[in-house]
Amino acid sequence: MRYLSASTLIWVLALLLPVVALISLTLGTIEIPVVELLRTIASAPVGVIDGTQTSIILFDIRLPRVLLSLLVGAVLASTGAVMQGLFRNPLADPSLVGVSGGASVGASLVIVFAGGLSIGPLSGLSLVVSGAFVGGFIATLVVYRVATSSLGTSVTTMLLAGIAIGALAGAVNSLLSYVSDNQMLRQISVWQMGNLSGANWLKVGIMGAVSVCLLTLLPSQIKALNALLLGESEARYLGIDVQRIKSKLIFLTALGVGVSVALAGLIGFVGLVIPHIIRLLIGPDHRRLLPASALAGASLLMIADSIARVVVLPAELPTGILTALIGAPFFVALLVRQRRDI
Amino acid sequence: MIAENISLHLAGFDLLRNINLTVESGKVTALVGPNGAGKSSLLKVLTGDIKPSCGRVLLNSRELQQWALTDRANILAVLPQHTQLNFPFTASEVVELGCIPHLTGYAKDREITSSALQLVDASYLQKRLYTEMSGGEKQRVQLARVLAQIWSPSDLGDQFLVLDEPTSAFDLSHQQMILDIVRQFADRGVGVLMVLHDLNLAAKCADNLVVMNGGTIEAQGKPDKVLTEQLIDKVFAVRSSIRRHPVTDTPLVIT
Repeated sequence: MRYLSASTLIWVLALLLPVVALISLTLGTIEIPVVELLRTIASAPVGVIDGTQTSIILFDIRLPRVLLSLLVGAVLASTGAVMQGLFRNPLADPSLVGVSGGASVGASLVIVFAGGLSIGPLSGLSLVVSGAFVGGFIATLVVYRVATSSLGTSVTTMLLAGIAIGALAGAVNSLLSYVSDNQMLRQISVWQMGNLSGANWLKVGIMGAVSVCLLTLLPSQIKALNALLLGESEARYLGIDVQRIKSKLIFLTALGVGVSVALAGLIGFVGLVIPHIIRLLIGPDHRRLLPASALAGASLLMIADSIARVVVLPAELPTGILTALIGAPFFVALLVRQRRDI
Repeated sequence: MIAENISLHLAGFDLLRNINLTVESGKVTALVGPNGAGKSSLLKVLTGDIKPSCGRVLLNSRELQQWALTDRANILAVLPQHTQLNFPFTASEVVELGCIPHLTGYAKDREITSSALQLVDASYLQKRLYTEMSGGEKQRVQLARVLAQIWSPSDLGDQFLVLDEPTSAFDLSHQQMILDIVRQFADRGVGVLMVLHDLNLAAKCADNLVVMNGGTIEAQGKPDKVLTEQLIDKVFAVRSSIRRHPVTDTPLVIT
């Protein structure tokens, strides 16, 4: 028996999202009162971005940051749900396909060997971002190729290959940290903690494009994902082209997670635990699990990032630390409650 | 469904040799044989899981591989021996998965789902979570899912139902229930192929009894003709005595 109807949860989360976003916009080193915030936003469409401090903070710094955390949270949580379905393992994680490990190696390599140069025309994107994306993509490709034979892609092999690649990436990372100087070391470790402070409109645009891409391509795979939970043979008996679906989903996840990690660093926990929590509440049907996870992931990351901005004023914490700090105890509480019910 | 001259070699083993088998629509075909006789391998070939090394499988006189997957799912439903489902779907949600190949809409799917659950005596499970059910309950829910898949006749031709040891977790009354269900579907024109371990159960329900041994078909035909003491001794290495069932007048194997 379930306690919560799926549509109720989705409505609550959908209503929560704008509220969280609004509150998140007011918080930071400089607080913007809600009234002033609304006035500044209201006056923007007319073209009078008046150059006051408030509007500069709001439109150049805070709004892109809040939007980026919203999008990254939504993408991480929904791809997490997809991976758990694909691997038929509620403890799978988007990083399983090797994306995170590869991305962190890519980022570290760039930090150590190329410094913090930026690419000419896309000066908003540092080389680190591109390094992370390329690294993540290559790692996924390797894991996928290792697990794919003439008989198709074995998710079990993929899981193991993902672990192996993860370990390899960890070793390379340690090696790079070992040979790097103090400043590089700090840069590497801050990147690995996950950080949304570098948000700008270019990043929001890229993340937005990826989100739109996932939003249009994922819904058509939902039935297949549900069938896959029964097992691959069973899904095939139900008329699902299992191999095509697997490749597609792995590619979409790698794209979503790869870009997220490249833009925001390693933000753990959201992709693993949000879908898990949502599944405990409303069941594993992906028609409802995916949208609910996306909404919850978006809210969680915005909340975590808001706290990260204000908790150690005037400095700020890396967001990745906060997601785990908030999410883990909540998850444990949920597990304890569930055990009591059984 | 016709299997023509099927052989299967995998990893240096001859799993199947020269199998010829017809699953007639409207009839119940039971497949029996000792462990390792190749029953599961044969099912895998017949359901398209494995391509045979030689030979071919025809489904409504068209080769299995040439069917579009969704079309095939509308005429061929398969219940594997074990289904590893570790996600807490409700029984209704599991059965609804069986409606995926249909394009008949949500209302119709709901109707089929609840009728299928009712047929397998699992209406009371509707809102229960699959992960919290007993083995027999799970098996009934999976059976309902497979039945839902071919619940309505298809305009793509005769439909087939393949069940791999469907009775393994059932109590006596549910064993009888599955025989009734299978007969009901056969009467509607569905061709049923069932792997069974209980020879008496097979004798009771089968129109065509197929005995496999060592990757080949040892004997096939009416249970009356096929089941002999010599055959059982040869295939299962068990001494037995064959009598008639006092009520159904089917062969009764006593060991």
